[in-house]
Amino acid sequence: MSGTLTRPAPTRVPRDPLATATRDRARRRKDGAAALTLLGPSLVILAVMVGYPAVLMIVQSFTDYSIRNKVQGTLPDVVGFENYVEVFTASDFPAVLVRSLGLMLVMTVLIVGLGALVAVLMTRLTRGWRILVSIGLLLAWAMPPLAATTVWGWIFDAQYGLVNWALNTVTGTQDFTNHSWLLDPWSFFVVLTIIVVWQGVPFAAFTLYAALGQVPGEVLEAASLDGATGLQRFRLVVYPYLRNVVTVVVVLQVIWNLRIFTQVYALQQRGGLASETNVLGTYIFRQGVGEFGVTSAIGVLTVILLLALSWGYVRTTLKEEEL
Amino acid sequence: MSTQITPAAQLSTVGVEEVAGPVGDARTPRPGSLAARRRRRSPAGRVLRNIAALIVFAFSVFPVYWMLNMSFTSGQSIISRTPSFLPLDFTLRNYETAWTRPAAPGQTDFVHGLISSGLVTVSVLVITLLVAFLASIAVARIRFRGRRSFIVSVLIVQMIPGEAMMFTIYGMIDDWRLMNTLVGLGVVYVAAVVPFTIWTLRGFVAGVPVDLEEAAMIDGCTRSQAFWKVTFPLLAPGLVATGVFAFIQSWNEFTMALLLLRGQNLTLPPWLLSFQSATEATNWGAVMAASTLISVPVVVFFLIVQGRMSGGLVSGAVKG
Repeated sequence: MSGTLTRPAPTRVPRDPLATATRDRARRRKDGAAALTLLGPSLVILAVMVGYPAVLMIVQSFTDYSIRNKVQGTLPDVVGFENYVEVFTASDFPAVLVRSLGLMLVMTVLIVGLGALVAVLMTRLTRGWRILVSIGLLLAWAMPPLAATTVWGWIFDAQYGLVNWALNTVTGTQDFTNHSWLLDPWSFFVVLTIIVVWQGVPFAAFTLYAALGQVPGEVLEAASLDGATGLQRFRLVVYPYLRNVVTVVVVLQVIWNLRIFTQVYALQQRGGLASETNVLGTYIFRQGVGEFGVTSAIGVLTVILLLALSWGYVRTTLKEEEL
Repeated sequence: MSTQITPAAQLSTVGVEEVAGPVGDARTPRPGSLAARRRRRSPAGRVLRNIAALIVFAFSVFPVYWMLNMSFTSGQSIISRTPSFLPLDFTLRNYETAWTRPAAPGQTDFVHGLISSGLVTVSVLVITLLVAFLASIAVARIRFRGRRSFIVSVLIVQMIPGEAMMFTIYGMIDDWRLMNTLVGLGVVYVAAVVPFTIWTLRGFVAGVPVDLEEAAMIDGCTRSQAFWKVTFPLLAPGLVATGVFAFIQSWNEFTMALLLLRGQNLTLPPWLLSFQSATEATNWGAVMAASTLISVPVVVFFLIVQGRMSGGLVSGAVKG
């Protein structure tokens, strides 16, 4: 990558190697000090606000620390893996985990799939139409998630919602009057997926569109002159150019879709059954302040899961940046 | 490397240069070639593509349009049997209600929520930019020992969900006597935004060629003069982009605000939720007006920097 300010200036005069080595070492030490000064504030913030609570959470997950200890100022007892056993055997956690993973899978497939379709569509459009599509996508992307959920919640409202009105009009019946979309967990998830996918597609579409611009037209032209079919052109020419971008987009979607909180929580407030529709984030939140040991155990499991899933992102990024 | 700055624009530039190479004349489609075939069947195809574009646009924009429409519609029309697709009985009453009515007894109103949100957001923005800017210079310009480990840990921390640690952080903030204060919330936000900001700014700093600085130093600048007079002005767009990111993150943040704030101190997102719970039965127009008011700053800032936001996240993968 680009050089640094510290690389020794090339010189033609032969120098005493010993003196050079000493000077280099001195310079490196000075650089280290400068770097530490510049990094100091970030290191302090990250250590205090991320490192410390992370360690604290791991420690607390092996204790029966609860609000009682906090109020009375007493030390909790170490209980070993009891919290973890409890979380897996005597709580909703396994169900919530499966639900979260399932939703994540559906949302990720839809977002990346639709995003790819929109990206390809954008490459085929004339300028004016492309700008129109971009504006629409940007607006959907920019909406604060809470405001977006509020609006979608109103569109799916049981009494005055647009969807029920439209379905009544289309079917010519009154079947959908007062039909609640949020009461039944399955249709709750459908509404939730629509909201998340609606906000998620723009990022995938823009990123993949930018990546498609990287594929040189000449190579495609040459491939088709050599008799490559459309599928072959995609698999052998286009995809290698896209592979890294696709990896990163997929990993980020996996992470983001596992972390959804706002949309789920806001929809639950509008009439969903929390116990049937919790995902990881809302599940932890609804444990409430009290059993810190148990919530820590859930937190540790969630962090491990997400770090394992994001490993691909970290690795791809490091490799590509040649760090 | 520099593709982080508006990837779309830069990537297409690269493409054009490559195309304008020695095989430039291959652009004229030969009879029977793919390009010629595509052109021949284009009229029907173009109509189909434009229809698809229209569908994508309509689906993306509809909720935004619906929110605006409802926010200008009177309560009577909102709860009528047939929805009105245009605010024919245009009114600003909803905005008045949203602006003045407290969310619930003992809870804040929009104006105080706005002040809280503004205070938190601006402080987070300033502190984050300052801290992350310093760190990004170190990472992008100095080869120190532990540089790689620092970058790896920033990338990893970026992936740790703060929500998973919410009750540990709750306990910490409580121990520090910062519960239900904007300072406590701000500290949490800074920690949440700093990793991404360092990462993005690092790309911008590295994107400015170090040769420029060296040239200035040969011309007699000191190292710090060279930095402030040459590199810093070139970084301004990067600082704006990352600043806006920090702004949007803390403006939209909901989970920790819900957990750490009460009553009079609510920021706008938890305020909107209480306001919705309290008024939805009677006044949906006001809820929509409130949503609109909260969305406007984000949408405006977002449109300013959209290209750079996606660029930062996929900086590793989108490479010219």
